[in-house]
Amino acid sequence: MEYEAVIGLETHVQLRTRTKMWCGCANEYGADANTNVCPVCLGLPGVLPVPNAEALRKTALTGMLLNCDVPGFSKWDRKNYFYPDNPKNYQLTQLDFPSTIEGFVEFEFGEGTERVRINRAHLEEDVGKSTHFADYSGVDFNRAGVPLLEIVTEPDLSGAEMAYEYLNALKAILEYGGVSDCDMEKGQVRCDVNISVRPIGQTELGEKIEIKNMNSFSGVRRAAAFEIERQIGVLREGGTLVQETRRWDDAIGITESMRTKEDAHDYRYFPDPDLMPHTPSEEWLAEIRGSVMELPLARKRRLMADYQLPASDAEVFVGDAALGDYFEAAAKGAKNPKAVANWVMNNLQAKLAETGGSVAEVKFEPSAIGELVGLIEGGQINSKIAQDVFVEMFESGKSPMAIVEEKGLSQVSDSSELEAFCKDAIEANPGPAEDFRNGKETALNFLKGQVMKASRGKANPQMVGGLLKKILGS
Amino acid sequence: MPTMRKDLQHAVKLARIELTPEEEARLGPQLGDILKYVDKLNELDVEGVEPTAHAVPLTNVLREDEPRESLSHEAAMRNAPKTSNGLFIVPKIVE
Amino acid sequence: MPHTFTISQLTDKLTQGELTSREATQSCLDRIAAVDGQLNAFLSHDPADALAQADAADAARAAGESKPLLGVPIAMKDVIAVNGHPLNCASKILGEFNSPYDATVTQKLRDAGAVIFGRVNMDEFAMGSSTENSAFGPSRNPWDTDCIPGGSSGGSAVAVAADECIASLGTDTGGSIRQPAALCGCVGLKPTYGRVSRYGLVAFASSLDQVGPITKDVRDAATLLGVIAGEDKRDSTNVPEPVPDYTAALTGDIKGLKIGLPKEYQVDGLDPEVKTATETAVAELEKQGAEVVEISLPHTEYAIATYYIIATAEASANLARFEGVRYGARVDGASPEAMNRATRGGGFGEEVKLRVILGTYVLSSGYYDAYYLRAQKVRTLIRQDFLNAFEKVDLIASPTTPTPAFKIGEKANDPLQMYLSDIFTISCNLAGLCGISVPCGFSKSGLPLGLQLLGKPFGEPDLLRAAHAYEQATDWHTKRPILN
Repeated sequence: MEYEAVIGLETHVQLRTRTKMWCGCANEYGADANTNVCPVCLGLPGVLPVPNAEALRKTALTGMLLNCDVPGFSKWDRKNYFYPDNPKNYQLTQLDFPSTIEGFVEFEFGEGTERVRINRAHLEEDVGKSTHFADYSGVDFNRAGVPLLEIVTEPDLSGAEMAYEYLNALKAILEYGGVSDCDMEKGQVRCDVNISVRPIGQTELGEKIEIKNMNSFSGVRRAAAFEIERQIGVLREGGTLVQETRRWDDAIGITESMRTKEDAHDYRYFPDPDLMPHTPSEEWLAEIRGSVMELPLARKRRLMADYQLPASDAEVFVGDAALGDYFEAAAKGAKNPKAVANWVMNNLQAKLAETGGSVAEVKFEPSAIGELVGLIEGGQINSKIAQDVFVEMFESGKSPMAIVEEKGLSQVSDSSELEAFCKDAIEANPGPAEDFRNGKETALNFLKGQVMKASRGKANPQMVGGLLKKILGS
Repeated sequence: MPTMRKDLQHAVKLARIELTPEEEARLGPQLGDILKYVDKLNELDVEGVEPTAHAVPLTNVLREDEPRESLSHEAAMRNAPKTSNGLFIVPKIVE
Repeated sequence: MPHTFTISQLTDKLTQGELTSREATQSCLDRIAAVDGQLNAFLSHDPADALAQADAADAARAAGESKPLLGVPIAMKDVIAVNGHPLNCASKILGEFNSPYDATVTQKLRDAGAVIFGRVNMDEFAMGSSTENSAFGPSRNPWDTDCIPGGSSGGSAVAVAADECIASLGTDTGGSIRQPAALCGCVGLKPTYGRVSRYGLVAFASSLDQVGPITKDVRDAATLLGVIAGEDKRDSTNVPEPVPDYTAALTGDIKGLKIGLPKEYQVDGLDPEVKTATETAVAELEKQGAEVVEISLPHTEYAIATYYIIATAEASANLARFEGVRYGARVDGASPEAMNRATRGGGFGEEVKLRVILGTYVLSSGYYDAYYLRAQKVRTLIRQDFLNAFEKVDLIASPTTPTPAFKIGEKANDPLQMYLSDIFTISCNLAGLCGISVPCGFSKSGLPLGLQLLGKPFGEPDLLRAAHAYEQATDWHTKRPILN
């Protein structure tokens, strides 16, 4: 019998805000332990939460980027469980009226495009961070109360690779939206995976098994691949699967049982009496909708269509949004956007890599690249000279036209002037001239090189070739 | 000694409260009495009645994303039963 | 005897330079030294700190400053945070906890110039109606020290009734200000939910709790409410309603005010003396021109059940933070869970355990709809009863308590009987109303009785006006217990 996997993902993402969800402590990674803490996020007796408006705004924006609805009513609930890193021993979250619901993420997978439905993206709070020592554990509450978005998919994924690609696409969207920095190293993105398998053709789902403790997307991919194989193996051997939670051991590369359904938590959710519901106004939603930006996949498609770029170029610009913006500014009105793309991807990126600078620091306007390409296309300079002009542009910020004029770099296309250069070259090099006449085509390149040298690179190379042939042939 | 009802024992476990056998013997019947008393609410037809979670109908109470001063590390830790290296120390967490 | 003064009397003397805050504060300290041994109203107080605040107030006054409570010693229920002071909630579980921050009401009292003075006793975590549930021993009623003072703000009421302070703050979740005020012969005001910030009040039941004054007369209640009320950005449930001058409402004129008498409040177990005293008080209000009408609050009999489900559910989560990780009296264990269980088992008193378990139960899987959700719906019905009634009347009058203070230990082993004594006060919190208790007589055995008036949300001016008019016509509030 053949089996198929059904996968759903729950991704937790820390929102990029200045302060925490309920208090004015900094939302900042890497501070000394227990220094970004106050009575509120330490859960001292008597404190109360007040929601961070920016976190709600970013949540709604995320919802829009994930094609979700932002309902007219959302509320807060307490999820009760004891854990040393959980200051109040309840977590504030959104149970039945989350801030955003029912959307989807589209991403390229294999030959085509996949769509994974989003059940909800709801706002909650992060907990503290535990460190384990030989015979005790220690807790740092700097992270406690950081706004955390939980993005839950429908069980629409069918394999480890697809889960991996979904996560990359999700990360790109969140980064594009400025919603989260998504820094895995800093634990800003964490993911739980629900996996079940069933015989192909069966409609009802198999026993759902939740996998925890993956700390990278590739970890998710490996854990899912392992788990799918394990579950199919159990069924093939006539065994049965039970609903449970398993932990991924990244070092060994296996999942192991943490708890079964019988030990499942009883979270005793109830509406938080300290927090009032949120009923987004039309104005509030409109303002956020106004800041919705183009998503990576849409941009890729548009770059390919509008600028006739190959997919690989478009991907470079989607992967580095600032560079992509720069390209679009440079290519505006350009006759040959592909040539502009080459200059941006090759020369500009190389220079930036060399100097360690960023696109924002480039001294010349993006339109200068279009201008440079125009000079080449119009035959005013050749591409060799253009390289020098570009270096000068990068250093001084001057326009290419100004540099060409200042240094007298204009290409020589005047045929009488070029003819003189050609005749001199033939006279000075009778051997190669003779060779060419005897049918050795490559000898022409040597002569061409001599002409270019004599003209200090300014001679129009196409014209030089034509003239040399004409003179030698006559 | 009468032991506590199973469903109540479950609540005791969830609440993480250690009870002595004497306390169990006293609290068990008291809780039973109270639960019997509150069953009174079943006399009422609440079909279609909206639940009240808040005593006042406020919405959209938000705070701007502006930093406020945190506690000093010393003030944050001063009530801690046990600390080391700036951390709150607890018995070893084993998942 | 400065400690016997009301806020307004003391303020007059201070203003006229006849007295200093240091003298008044010292007078309270002396009174505590003299009588608190038999009353146990104060859990702790710091005389040096109190006198330093008094000196600062005297210096400010000398420099020409004028603030509503400048130099007035106010006692704080042990559930309100004061920076640098203990905060125990009358529980063992907080151990040596010392608050690193001020409650908003504390800050407002400081801004008004008050001398914040002592931590007063209460039922542990405000759970109780007698102050017998304090981990530090019961407080005693100054009118009869064999009797309970009421609760949970028993210490706040005792300290005021016995003139150990000028006024105090209590908290009221189901009657915890009004009931002890009634049983000790003081004025106790529970403000409308959202009127006073809850930031820094250790939560028992978040959707029901309010901080309010316990004072020697109605004017003081108006003054103190004016100081502690108002918007607070740290409390999402705080209503940004302007704070009127409550003392301006004390006109003495209640002509045409409509007062409702709920027919459902003729309950079994209502003490005949209490009934008579209430009727007499209502007759007095009528004599002054109020119009008295019968009203109906049909869901009254469901209020106690509703309350004990909602309040304990909220409490079960609110009290989860007391588990020995970040503060409090930890009892060690081999794992975090064992440590939590031992800490909570050893640190909470029995009533708190009972309520936390009950609250956990009503929220747990399989019981939520039957208990918690149903109670929230009945709460809607109870609230609707009052909103309907307030279309016809301005205020609702009733006894504050069904009986005078009972003997210490009398109901200690029967929590349900204790809960049933909250019948008149509890609906006010469920419906988010304001309420006040004013002295309205004494039982034959010499115990004080209280008249309760309930007002609409943010109807404190009417409430205070009627209470004040009644008080002007009687002298109950001027009586003081005689202590050896």
